[in-house]
Amino acid sequence: MIERVCVVGGGVIGSLFAAHLSRVSEVWVLTRRPEHARALEDETLAVSGRSDFRGKVRATNDPDAVPPFDIGIVATKGTGLEAAATALEGRFPEATIVTVQNGLGAEAIVRRHGDWPIVSGVTFMSGTRHNDTHVEYILDAETWLGPYDGTPFDRVQELAEVIERGGLKARAFRDLRPAQWSKLIFNATVNAVAALTGLPHDGHFAAEERREDLGHLVRALMEEGKAVAAAAGIELHEDPWEMNVHATRRGSAHYPSMLEDVEARRATEIDLITGALLDESERLGVHLPLHTALYRLIKAKETSWQV
Amino acid sequence: MKVCIVGCGAVGSLFAANLALLDDVEVWAYDLSTPHVTAINEHGLRLTGAGEVHATRITATADATELPPCDFGLVATKAMHTEAAIAATMHAFRGGSVASVQNGVGNEETLAAHVAQVIRGTTFPAGKMLEPGLVQWDVKGETTLGPFEPRPAPGGEIERLAEACTRAGVPTAAVADARGAQWRKVIFNASTNPVGALTGLTHGRVCELPQLRRLVTGLVDEGKAVAAAQGIDLGADPEELIEHAARPEVAYGHKASMLQDVEARRQTEVDYLNGGIVRFGREHGVPTPLNAAVVALIKGLEHSWTQS
Repeated sequence: MIERVCVVGGGVIGSLFAAHLSRVSEVWVLTRRPEHARALEDETLAVSGRSDFRGKVRATNDPDAVPPFDIGIVATKGTGLEAAATALEGRFPEATIVTVQNGLGAEAIVRRHGDWPIVSGVTFMSGTRHNDTHVEYILDAETWLGPYDGTPFDRVQELAEVIERGGLKARAFRDLRPAQWSKLIFNATVNAVAALTGLPHDGHFAAEERREDLGHLVRALMEEGKAVAAAAGIELHEDPWEMNVHATRRGSAHYPSMLEDVEARRATEIDLITGALLDESERLGVHLPLHTALYRLIKAKETSWQV
Repeated sequence: MKVCIVGCGAVGSLFAANLALLDDVEVWAYDLSTPHVTAINEHGLRLTGAGEVHATRITATADATELPPCDFGLVATKAMHTEAAIAATMHAFRGGSVASVQNGVGNEETLAAHVAQVIRGTTFPAGKMLEPGLVQWDVKGETTLGPFEPRPAPGGEIERLAEACTRAGVPTAAVADARGAQWRKVIFNASTNPVGALTGLTHGRVCELPQLRRLVTGLVDEGKAVAAAQGIDLGADPEELIEHAARPEVAYGHKASMLQDVEARRQTEVDYLNGGIVRFGREHGVPTPLNAAVVALIKGLEHSWTQS
């Protein structure tokens, strides 16, 4: 039974999970900022866009104030994961923890802080956070879930069902890695190219008619990623190039999070996304000259606004 | 001697102002910026920074039909404007020789489609426009002139132009094969300019980050392979230029022209820098994946502000 859920992190993804799940279970949101928790306690959490309702959640920025829960969804950015896992450490022994960060390796970070059963997640949904108590649900895509490190599959299925009942889209996989890798290769390419060019994920990413068209670079980056997946013995769930073409034809161009980070001059998730791919490539002895080049450019771009 | 500067931006102004200090040189400047042309004609052309110059004997015009027959043309436009600039001014050079002192590769080919005597040129002095009639002179350096092989200017003419520039304070060498100097500079520019443009960092800061510096070397190595495949002797390693320029007293704080372009949301010269290396590489069977990636990223950046 899933009676109480705690969402750690009240960004776009955390807010979308919290609001929807509040329709089918008790939901607590563990926020970073106390004023965010107070706003959620005082008001409702409004969802507009693809869903249109107000959910009622409990919230606090103090992990000791959260009652025991069945499911903990860690929905911070990758850059906030370590702090989130530290907040959970030594608490909530009955909980199953779900990670939905970009890139690879979020599960291992959580594992270092406790021996909860862990569910791996990859989410494709997106939206915009208008304020602490209003999130717009823009892209109603699926969240994919799979067992990590021996978590029983029926626990994963139960979680997928409760997310679906709340009004989001979810799918349970016996092995999430093929899907995780498809998204990793897609993300490492699209996020880095968007962050460097300033382009949202639009038709330029799939254009290959002329020699200098951006699609050639996008394809070459994806081929590098696929070579790593192949060396790791992973059969991809979806071809990243097909995902790219499909996404650019959806009509409204998606603004990749790394482009938002660069425009706001924040630290990006490059280490968790491209960095994860490069770590794997090194381990497997696969050479990735183009991803290495983009990684170096983005790391340097981050230093340009640190002075 | 009559010299016409075609394109009197930062680099063109450095030549124009210095040459105009010589009694035996009559300097004309052709530029499409009316405020700049007016300022030069009314108040003269001033340089500040690496040298302080105030040249009052320049005749500037935005109307190419006003140009007299000239002994020399010095083309200093951005590379993407070469075609339009030489098509407009070619009548002034029927009896003269035209040198490119532009960035990149492929400019001489464009000039040779319009004029008979072409000089292959490479220049290192750099600066930026501060206001109409006033240019900041950031970097001093050598200029190299040589014949453009398919339609060469006579050797004596190349020496005459080089001698005048040197006397004016812009050290210039006339050489038999200027390809080495040109490719050394195009490799230098293609390996550093877009890196500065994509990261927002000055040349010196690019060189201080070891990981980024390795990317620069990756770009340099592709350019060297393309030059070698054409039988071009680079003379010196472009890496030396890069290290030299990173010194505080040389160009540590210099924002590459491509970074200036990106910040001002102007079209860049990437097609003639990395794009040139990719093009010559393709012709000679040398793969250039990093340079091709840089072209795609910079073109993407240009698209990002033309569509929004």
